[in-house]
Amino acid sequence: MVTMNSNEKAAPKACQQGSSRDVTKSSKEEKENEKKERKERENLIANLPPSVQALMATIPSPEESPNYLAYKKMEAIIEKMQDENTGVPVRTVKSFMSKIPSVFTGSELVAWLGRHLNLEDSWEALHLSHLLAAHGYLFPIDDHCLTVKNDNTYYRFQTPYFWPSNQWEPENTDYAVYLCKRTMQNKARLELADYEAESLARLQKMFSRKWEFIFMQAEAQSKVDKKRDKLERKVLDSQERAFWDLHRPMPGCVNTTELDPKKLSRINALKQKRLQQCQELIMQHNLKNNPIVTITNAQESEEEIQKNSEIVKENGECSRTELATLEDDKPSIESQIEAAKRQVAVLKARLERRNVRVSKVAEMFISYCEQYGEYDAFLTPPEWPNPWISDTTELWDQEKQCKEPLPLRRVRRWSFSLRELLRDPPGREHFAKFLSKEFSGENLKFWLAVQDLKALPICRVASCAKDIWKEFLDSNAPSPVNIDAASRELTRVRVESGKPDRYCFDQAQAHVYHLMKSDSYSRYLRSEMYKDILNGSKKKTSVKGIRSIVSFTGRKETSSN
Amino acid sequence: MAADTAVTSSPEETLASLVKEAEALKQKLEEERQKLNDVTLSCVAERLEPITISNLKVRRILKGHQAKVLCCDWSPDKRHIVSSSQDGKLIVWDAFTTSKELTISMPSTWVMACAYAPSGNMLAAGGLDNKVTVFPLGGTAGEEDGATRKRTVATHTSYMSCCLFPNTDRQMLTGSGDGTCALWDIESGQLLQSFQGHSADVMSLDLAPSEMGDTFVSGGCDRGVLVWDMRSGHAVQAFDTHLSDVNSVRFHPAGDAVASGSDDSTCRLFDLRADREIARYSKESIIFGANAVEWSVSGRLLFAGYGDYTACAWDALRATRLALLPGHEHRLSALRLAPDGTALATASWDATLRIWA
Repeated sequence: MVTMNSNEKAAPKACQQGSSRDVTKSSKEEKENEKKERKERENLIANLPPSVQALMATIPSPEESPNYLAYKKMEAIIEKMQDENTGVPVRTVKSFMSKIPSVFTGSELVAWLGRHLNLEDSWEALHLSHLLAAHGYLFPIDDHCLTVKNDNTYYRFQTPYFWPSNQWEPENTDYAVYLCKRTMQNKARLELADYEAESLARLQKMFSRKWEFIFMQAEAQSKVDKKRDKLERKVLDSQERAFWDLHRPMPGCVNTTELDPKKLSRINALKQKRLQQCQELIMQHNLKNNPIVTITNAQESEEEIQKNSEIVKENGECSRTELATLEDDKPSIESQIEAAKRQVAVLKARLERRNVRVSKVAEMFISYCEQYGEYDAFLTPPEWPNPWISDTTELWDQEKQCKEPLPLRRVRRWSFSLRELLRDPPGREHFAKFLSKEFSGENLKFWLAVQDLKALPICRVASCAKDIWKEFLDSNAPSPVNIDAASRELTRVRVESGKPDRYCFDQAQAHVYHLMKSDSYSRYLRSEMYKDILNGSKKKTSVKGIRSIVSFTGRKETSSN
Repeated sequence: MAADTAVTSSPEETLASLVKEAEALKQKLEEERQKLNDVTLSCVAERLEPITISNLKVRRILKGHQAKVLCCDWSPDKRHIVSSSQDGKLIVWDAFTTSKELTISMPSTWVMACAYAPSGNMLAAGGLDNKVTVFPLGGTAGEEDGATRKRTVATHTSYMSCCLFPNTDRQMLTGSGDGTCALWDIESGQLLQSFQGHSADVMSLDLAPSEMGDTFVSGGCDRGVLVWDMRSGHAVQAFDTHLSDVNSVRFHPAGDAVASGSDDSTCRLFDLRADREIARYSKESIIFGANAVEWSVSGRLLFAGYGDYTACAWDALRATRLALLPGHEHRLSALRLAPDGTALATASWDATLRIWA
């Protein structure tokens, strides 16, 4: 059996290694044992001051593990699968001289999943089976690679004790004991694979000092195993093997127990912080005759506390919301009141917000899609072949060259909004030309200058802001921008008050933008200038259009094979 | 924690009444929101023609990283990609030819975030070193050139989970495991604005595509999505319907809504105008978390990358799944649409990047 380190949180369970571990039987025993343990711990916890209890409850629990939700969902599926009547049929198969206990075939598994999760695509069912195997919930009976094939290969369920949601972090010594034990049982099915033999050699080197101890442990376990019923042994051996295939995967197999680096950093930071708080509190209270107080090893105590916290959790004494508040609970009541006041203010502000009906919002989404569908390469093919599909860069070359006449789609996009027009460099240029003809070019110049200001390094902002003021807003500015007196005054105060910041022209800029949008832009769209450039594109595109259709159909044929 | 003296009972009472008031307000807010929730987006979208995107395939595979690819970003030139990996390397690819153009070794492994500057002349990357380092590109570019001219811009008190250039090469917006977002001046390394509001690690950031560019959104491990005003440093809107960590947030191309992907294995659409969740993208068979989301140009397609090694394309309006994109052999970590919308790049823990079109 796998023996976890004695200070591992699952230690009490691992102690049962001597007893029978038949799935149903042992789970009962485990439960009873757990109950006992729990009671003991409850008493233990009750002796602690409330603040320590509260803190212990905040040590990261399985619920905070990033994979927790996925594990729970997979376990729900597995439980359904193991239903006696509606689940996957598990049976004992006779083969030659021996029996293969508690197995089901890959195709049975895939079919069941497809049926029960309404998967239209058989690939999906196969993939989900593969994921269940890769996470150690079921395994092929004689393959180290945890995957599923849609055929008559036999698979077996993993015992819940070994499920990854138990947050196993098995140590190398345990792995060494396991591999060592395998070498003692001289059976073909237990023979070490090449990579396992290599690992064993490596571990033997690493643990050369305590190898004797490891060997003895392996021997003891092997003895216990030998007393078991033959079929039961087969099942247990395979489950243990699958456990190690999950945590020490064969080279080339995906290790699904790895955590996202961000989430791992988060969990580690939480652990550290809470452990520190616990230690501080414990020091303060200086409790006596309590195992948690006699901390000699930080690692140990953490696990100890974590154990306790789990129990607190199981009893439903601490929900995740409490957790969040607890974390910030250290500050005084005054700061809590401050926080509450702030929250009330935020809520009030949100209540005052004028919101739009969902029906109206939905219409806006739909019209946006309809307007831009033509520009979405996934819905409409681009005017030149998609470079990624056709392996030609014509599309990019054309775009870069910016030759007139511009493609029709591009010019038409300028009419969608002022934002679109200003975003496209030739569009912006064309609009500037139009404005200068109208003698209102300074509006755009001012707007662009403020945009540039916001993107400057901080050290140049102040001087640039003053330049903008002189250029556009001062009483004798060379290119005056016409804005209302209130905005001008507000801007003046901000520019002249010591250090103007990047946002000092905000109001003026918004005003000018509104002016351009409501006045100049709509006149631009109606102007001959815009019509000319649009017509120029149309003429060209009518020829181009045919060619692009031809090349598109041609491409379809090549890409479909 | 309960107060047992008369002295503390009065602030306790104040707090209790405030909490009560907040609860009442929350309820009222929910009622108000419900009033505006007259119909669902997918209901209205029923009338639309169903679309099919049958021809979406892997067109390029970028191989060269030695470990999990954690992040990627497109160059504005539409064909180069920068990717960062757990092997501590930053690679610039010519995705079109699939060749590696530049490899930069980072001082620490676990480079969780990387970004291309809008000019295409600079890269930013960072991660477990709690920092963002910028690398100028171009000029007499050589293997070690970028690495020697690097500069540290931002420093957080925990890992740096995401970063972007807010429409300029001169500033940098970062999100961190310390629960804050921050805007930095690249030249001086000065902190311009700190954004505090998340009660746990910030996982993702995105800038609003508006002309002013002063709104951004963040998602974090407190299950919240916050919309920020960059000028004031305050969160102006909050969405908290996710049931687990929010891993990815992305503005709808129109700039009025935000899509998010979460460990609760759903993606959701939050509308800023309606101030509520208006669509949810989930399926019984999707049981792993959504690590990344991305929009197509028209906002019709929402791409999502999951922990189950697949990506998929949702019809964002009808809330149905259009296509499954299998191919990667490990978790998806990032999804990015090419700047011209012609292709989708996916990054995975299987150490590869794939280009779909």
